[in-house]
Amino acid sequence: MARRRRPSRAVGTLNGPSALGLGVALIWFSLLVLIPLAAVVSTAAAGGWDNFVTTLTNDQTQAAIRLTVVQSLLVTAVNVVMGTTIAWVLVRDRFWGRGALNVVIDIPFALPTIVAGLVLLALYGKQSPLGVDFANTETAVFLALAFVTLPFVVRTVQPVLEELELDVEEAAASLGASRLTTFRRVILPSLVPAIAAGAALSFARGISEYGSLVLLSGNLPFRTEVASVRVLTYIENGNPAAASAVATVMLVVALLVIVLLDVIQRRVSRRG
Amino acid sequence: MARSSRVREPLWVRLILRTVVVTYLVLLVAWPVALVVLNTFQDGFVHMAEALADPVVQNALRLTAVVAVSAVVINLLFGVTISLLLVRYEFPGKRALSAMIDVPLSVSPVVVGLALLLVYGSRTGWFGPALADAGIQMVFATPAMVMATAFVALPLVIREVVPVLEEVGDEQEQAARSLGAGGAQTFWRITLPSIKWAVVYGVVLSLARSLGEFGAVKVVSGNIVGRTQTATLVVEQKYQNFEQTTAYSVAFLLAFASVVCIVVVSILRPKEES
Amino acid sequence: MSIEVRNVDKRFGDFVALDDVSVSIPTGQLTALLGPSGGGKSTLLRIIAGLENADDGTIEIEGVEATHLPPQKRNVGFVFQHYAAFKHMNVAKNVAFGLEIRKRPKADVERRVDELLRLVHLQQFAHRLPAQLSGGQRQRMALARALAVEPTVLLLDEPFGALDAKVRKELRDWLRRLHDEVHVTTVFVTHDQEEALEVADEIVVINDGRIEQVGTPDQLYDEPANDFVMSFLGDVTRLNGVMIRPHDVDVNSTPVDGAVVGTVTRLLRVGFEVRVTVTAEDGHDVAVVLSRAEARGSGLAEGATVWLTPHRGALTVDARPAAGVSA
Repeated sequence: MARRRRPSRAVGTLNGPSALGLGVALIWFSLLVLIPLAAVVSTAAAGGWDNFVTTLTNDQTQAAIRLTVVQSLLVTAVNVVMGTTIAWVLVRDRFWGRGALNVVIDIPFALPTIVAGLVLLALYGKQSPLGVDFANTETAVFLALAFVTLPFVVRTVQPVLEELELDVEEAAASLGASRLTTFRRVILPSLVPAIAAGAALSFARGISEYGSLVLLSGNLPFRTEVASVRVLTYIENGNPAAASAVATVMLVVALLVIVLLDVIQRRVSRRG
Repeated sequence: MARSSRVREPLWVRLILRTVVVTYLVLLVAWPVALVVLNTFQDGFVHMAEALADPVVQNALRLTAVVAVSAVVINLLFGVTISLLLVRYEFPGKRALSAMIDVPLSVSPVVVGLALLLVYGSRTGWFGPALADAGIQMVFATPAMVMATAFVALPLVIREVVPVLEEVGDEQEQAARSLGAGGAQTFWRITLPSIKWAVVYGVVLSLARSLGEFGAVKVVSGNIVGRTQTATLVVEQKYQNFEQTTAYSVAFLLAFASVVCIVVVSILRPKEES
Repeated sequence: MSIEVRNVDKRFGDFVALDDVSVSIPTGQLTALLGPSGGGKSTLLRIIAGLENADDGTIEIEGVEATHLPPQKRNVGFVFQHYAAFKHMNVAKNVAFGLEIRKRPKADVERRVDELLRLVHLQQFAHRLPAQLSGGQRQRMALARALAVEPTVLLLDEPFGALDAKVRKELRDWLRRLHDEVHVTTVFVTHDQEEALEVADEIVVINDGRIEQVGTPDQLYDEPANDFVMSFLGDVTRLNGVMIRPHDVDVNSTPVDGAVVGTVTRLLRVGFEVRVTVTAEDGHDVAVVLSRAEARGSGLAEGATVWLTPHRGALTVDARPAAGVSA
């Protein structure tokens, strides 16, 4: 399996067509992603430090950011526990309907976010057959985030768990470790990078979520308004500087998550 | 897969875990989704037919198709090119580019919309006024909607194709070269067939994501009924206007299209060859 | 001369893969590039094929200056260690690839593919995919694919390296017979001296990016240019400051003038031969190989004192003090 790959310079240096391809691709990437994102940061900066401070110390904005961060952390914590458990059950247990569960995990990825909100309203809104009504509450924000971030931890942990070699566990057992000790000392450490990667993705998604919250949370200021909605409100009120200030904070969080993921991945690949 | 019973959890542990997992997934996903399907079809296909007869809905579906397909085509060309460059070539700044490619996945759709607005807005954007003078309306029109959609789905093709290109290696391409094939011939006859399924999968994921994009499109489209309103925007508007059955019908169509895409490909996709 | 390599240098970063290498490879012969892993032999082969660019120096193939030609213009056949089979094409399509690129008429392609599949004994597998073939069959398909375009030279990079020992040996004999039939100039890379000695007309020994010696198998074995070549082509041991093959050491049970005196410390019978370790008085071990009859005749036993002399006419090479040659 571990075959040696030789460096192949004659094929690997940029020649006419590939240099052209790189040029065109980079121009498009700049026009689509880099320049617009730079515009956000630059607009926030152009408003000056005052704009930044005023926007971020605004009570309503602070409430929105606090709600977003707290709910994202909460959802990430739930995902770490539930996601790992789900992955474990999917990989290690055998029962009727396991295949269907595997498909259910992908539904939140496949569904348009606005539809996700609608879906949750059906069970947790006014006409809930459960007799609850979480619409326009903080619980609704939590539910929406839990729904859209469900697959992250499951799908990062699952493959690692599948590749985990059973003889390591057998070795631990033969050395006298109980199942719990084996899980804590042998299995969990090898899952940690995957769990961390999944958690980072799920936190980043939680911070940036918008579509699934629109119908479900009601966007009530100080109660269910999240950061994305705040940005949208600033845009609609014709205050791009303030919108950019909040957006920049969100971009920085996203960037930190990407760096964190990169670090985790490199640590894993070094461990080999 | 023969599992040794010595390292398997006792039955009661497994039963508890199983129950917890099933309950969580049923409450969070399965039941709500089933309810929407039931709500949509509680009177058979009547609501669906009504919704499809609505000109606003028809327009939105058409626009969604145009925007999604354009974005997917762009991402396909861009994605395959970038994947080849990242895997097969050396150039300065490669690592940075490879990290930047994933950025769109973690940016809020609303921020994406804002970013595009700041650059392509026709009155105050960086490039918008110049483009407007040239007669090109970007924002509140299809071009910016395509861009917003392409932005959010950008990494999906690349994330599918890059690992496969790495796995396949470049020996087959070198063999083709040594047998007399030029660059284009090698790409069409050797490289493309070997990444075919990754490309198809990436395209389908992009399509599903593009059909469902909401936040970014909402910001740059202006949400003009009958003109720049896509299917997801119609769902929001109809729901808030208390035309819930129409909202459910369009939502179902969108969800159905996305789910069908993914199911079809997972069936078509050949199992991993050893 | 079919391939002329002149003053070729190649570096990968700080690593010197080839250092001012010049070699002529004769037409119509089967030549082996032999040497340890990382010695530069594969790099040289890939430079000849155009899959790698030399930093400096020139390559000429059949009188044509090829240094700057891309691989597709060199008309060489290249066979990879891991086959490089086109996985999405069946065997016939794989073999036809080069001909289709050259836009040969369909009927010609079919005839030629059929001919080649017969040559490599794969005619009944024409419609299988590479995944359905064994390693040896895949390598034969790769060979047919390379031969299809009637290359000026055929280059094989460790062609049997990924196969198990038995298949390796079969394919080795088969390559020799095939070459006697086809007579295309062939160069193959190997790190297995037995393979090179058995198959090649001529061997180029490469080590540390330099050519150590060029010659026929007999020349290399009988007249090695230095201790590296000698030790790479077979077992060697040290006796009185010279390198000698263990089967060229005579064991005497009575004192002999100029002999190395030592004690038998280990006696191991392996099949038809007996391996003896003699610890000389100066403390270093000499390995000796005897036939069973010889061992029995001299009544050897562990602990016995023996006198070691080189066999009359035996090949010896002065050991370079710095070169850490091991037996």
